Amino acid sequence: MTAPLLELDDLRVDFRQSGHVVRAVDGLSYQADKARTLALIGESGSGKTVSARAIMALLPETARVTGSIRYEGTELVGLSERRMRALRGNQIAMVFQDPARSLNPTLRIGAQITEAIHIHRQVSKAEAHDRAVELMELVRLPAARERFRQYPHQLSGGMRQRVMIAIALAGDPRLLIADEATTALDVTTQAQIMELLRDLQERLGMALIMISHDLGLAASYADEVLVMYAGRAVERAATQTLFGHVRMPYTRALLGAIPRLENAPHTTLAAVPGQPPDLATQPPGCPFAPRCPEVTDKCRETAPPLAEQEPGHLWACWHPCGLEDSAAEEVAV
Amino acid sequence: MNELVLEVTDLVQEFILRDRGGGKAGVVHAVSGVSLELASGESLGLVGETGSGKSTLARAILQAPPPRSGSVRLRGVELVGLRGRRLIQARRHAQMVFQDPFGSLDPTWTVTRLVQEPLVAFRVGSAAERRRRAHELLELVGLDPVRYGNRRPRQLSGGQAQRVAIARALALDPSLIICDEAVSSLDVLIRAQVLNLLERLRTELHLAYLFIAHDLALVKQVSDRVAVMYLGKLVELGPAEALYRRPLHPYTVALLASIPSPDPEAPREPVTGTIRGEPPSPIDPPSGCRFRTRCPRAQDLCASQEPPMRQLADGHFAACHFPVNADAPAPEATAMSH
Repeated sequence: MTAPLLELDDLRVDFRQSGHVVRAVDGLSYQADKARTLALIGESGSGKTVSARAIMALLPETARVTGSIRYEGTELVGLSERRMRALRGNQIAMVFQDPARSLNPTLRIGAQITEAIHIHRQVSKAEAHDRAVELMELVRLPAARERFRQYPHQLSGGMRQRVMIAIALAGDPRLLIADEATTALDVTTQAQIMELLRDLQERLGMALIMISHDLGLAASYADEVLVMYAGRAVERAATQTLFGHVRMPYTRALLGAIPRLENAPHTTLAAVPGQPPDLATQPPGCPFAPRCPEVTDKCRETAPPLAEQEPGHLWACWHPCGLEDSAAEEVAV
Repeated sequence: MNELVLEVTDLVQEFILRDRGGGKAGVVHAVSGVSLELASGESLGLVGETGSGKSTLARAILQAPPPRSGSVRLRGVELVGLRGRRLIQARRHAQMVFQDPFGSLDPTWTVTRLVQEPLVAFRVGSAAERRRRAHELLELVGLDPVRYGNRRPRQLSGGQAQRVAIARALALDPSLIICDEAVSSLDVLIRAQVLNLLERLRTELHLAYLFIAHDLALVKQVSDRVAVMYLGKLVELGPAEALYRRPLHPYTVALLASIPSPDPEAPREPVTGTIRGEPPSPIDPPSGCRFRTRCPRAQDLCASQEPPMRQLADGHFAACHFPVNADAPAPEATAMSH
C-alpha cells in the first residue's frame, strides 16, 4: 500500500482567549487518499473547519497547532510560510462557503482566474487567458468567453461558486478541501455543484475533503465519513459501513434528527436534549456524555479513545449502539 | 377543522426598479397571482428556492408591505386596504418567526421583557398578569423562566433565542404562525428540538402554520399540505404525502432529485437530467410557463401559453402542460382557476 496523500496524526489546535484555552481540535487523526472523498461531518464548533484551516496554515496567530500534518511525507506543522505558500494552491486548494465574500467585487471574473494562474504558473498573458477559459469550461460556466469580462455581482451564487472552484483548480491541486462549499446554495444548485466536484475529482484524480454539517451530502457523495463532536473524531468508517452500522450514539442522534423524505408528515424526530459543550471548560470524559442516552459513570470519568473496533470502523464510545455492552468493552479497552 | 384561517386570492406583489434619474427601469415580478387557503390547525409548507418569492409572499400576506393587488382574508377579515390601528388589530392573529432570532430580538432587553412586549403593545392584562403570562409562555417553549428570564439575547444559544422568538409569537394567542426559514440556521440536533417543539405547539394550541423553507424534507416533516413556488408563481400544491410520492410538476421532481439522501444505498439519479441552469431574473420572467427555460419536458406550447393551475388528483394541483406522473389529460381539459 502506498502512503496516503495527506495524513493527520493527533492534531490539536488551541486558541488562547482572555486567559483560558479553547481546544478547538483535540487529537484528530485521519488520512486522505487521491481520487477519494472524505467527508468531515459535525455541527458548529465541532472543529471541522479549524482542522481544515490548520492544513492550509490559514489560522490566526492566536492558534497553537500541535501534532502532525504530513502531505506526501512533508510535515506541514511548523513549515515556513514561504514553503507553505508553494504548497497552497499548487498542491492543496480550498473552496469556502461564501463565494461572494471570497471574490474581489471590483475585478472581472477573468482577471481573478488569470491572476490565480499567474501565481501558480510561469505563463504568458495569452496562455493564462486560454487556460482561464479552459478552467471556466471545466467548471461548466456557460458562455465562458462572455463571462470573462463580467463582475462577480453579475453572477448568481452557483455561478460564483463555479468561479471559486475554477480558481481553486488553477494550480492543478492534488487535494481539494471544500468547506461547506454548497451550504449557501439552493438545493438544485447544490446538487449541480456536488456533481461537478465529483466529476472533476474523478477526471483529475484529486483527493477531496468535504466539510459539511449535512449527513445527507456525506451519504451521497463521500467514500469515507468522519464524524466530529467538540473537537474530536467520534466515529469514522467507509460511508456504507458507517450508515449501515452506526456505533457512536452521537452519529445516531444526528441521523435521527434529520427530517427524511421517507417519513410521514408530523413524525416526531428523535431529538437529544442539551447543547454542545463549552470548549473552554471541558470536563473529563466523553464530550457527548451530558447529552447521551447511553451514558454511564465511566463515560463521565474517562474519555473513550477513537479505536478501530471492527475492520475499517473506528469509534470512540464505551457503549456503542447495536452491540452488546460487555462484548464492546472487551474490544474497546 | 374546516374553518379557514387564511384565504389568499390572486395575490400580486411587484417592486418597481428605478434608474439613477428616478425613471422606471423595470419591474420585479416577485409574486404573480398566488392563491392558497389554510384551515384552522392546518400546516401548509411553502417551498421554493432563493428568489421564488416565498418570503415576499409571507410579507405581503401580513401587509408588510401591502400587496399590489389581490385579497388576503385572515379569520374572515380582509387585510388588503386596512390601514393603521385597524390593520394592526386585524393582523394580531397572525405572527411571524424569522430565520435569524437574534436579528428579531432587541439585544438590550431581557427575555421576559421580550416575551411580554406584544402584550404591552396590545395592552393585554395588568403588569403582574403579563409577567405571569410571559413565564407561562417560556415554560411552553421549554425555557425555564427563572433561569432564562433575566438573560439577554447574547447570553442565549441560537436554539434558545429561537425559542424566545416563538414564545413572543405565541403571546397574543394567534391562529396562524408564519415560519420563514425559522429553523434553517440551527444545527441539526437543535433544529430537531425546535421542530418537535413547533409540532407540539401546533397540536396543543391548534395553530395553523405557513411553514416556509427551502428544504423539502424538512417541510414534509411539518406539513399537511405543501405548495411549491417558482419565480413568483405556485407551480404545485397538494397533500404532503401525495406531492412527495407522485410529484406532478417537473420543477418539484427536480427539487426532490436534488435532496441528498442520508442513505448511501438510496438510488441516485443525476440532477442534471431533471433541471438545467439557474433561475432566470424575476425582472423579466420567461413567457408562458416560467420554468420552461430549465425544464427537460418543455415544448413550444410552454412558451406561448401559461399553464393554469389544474387539479390532476385528489386535492393535488399543478400548473403544467405536460405534468409528470399524471395520466396526462390534454392541456385544454379541466382547466381550473384555483
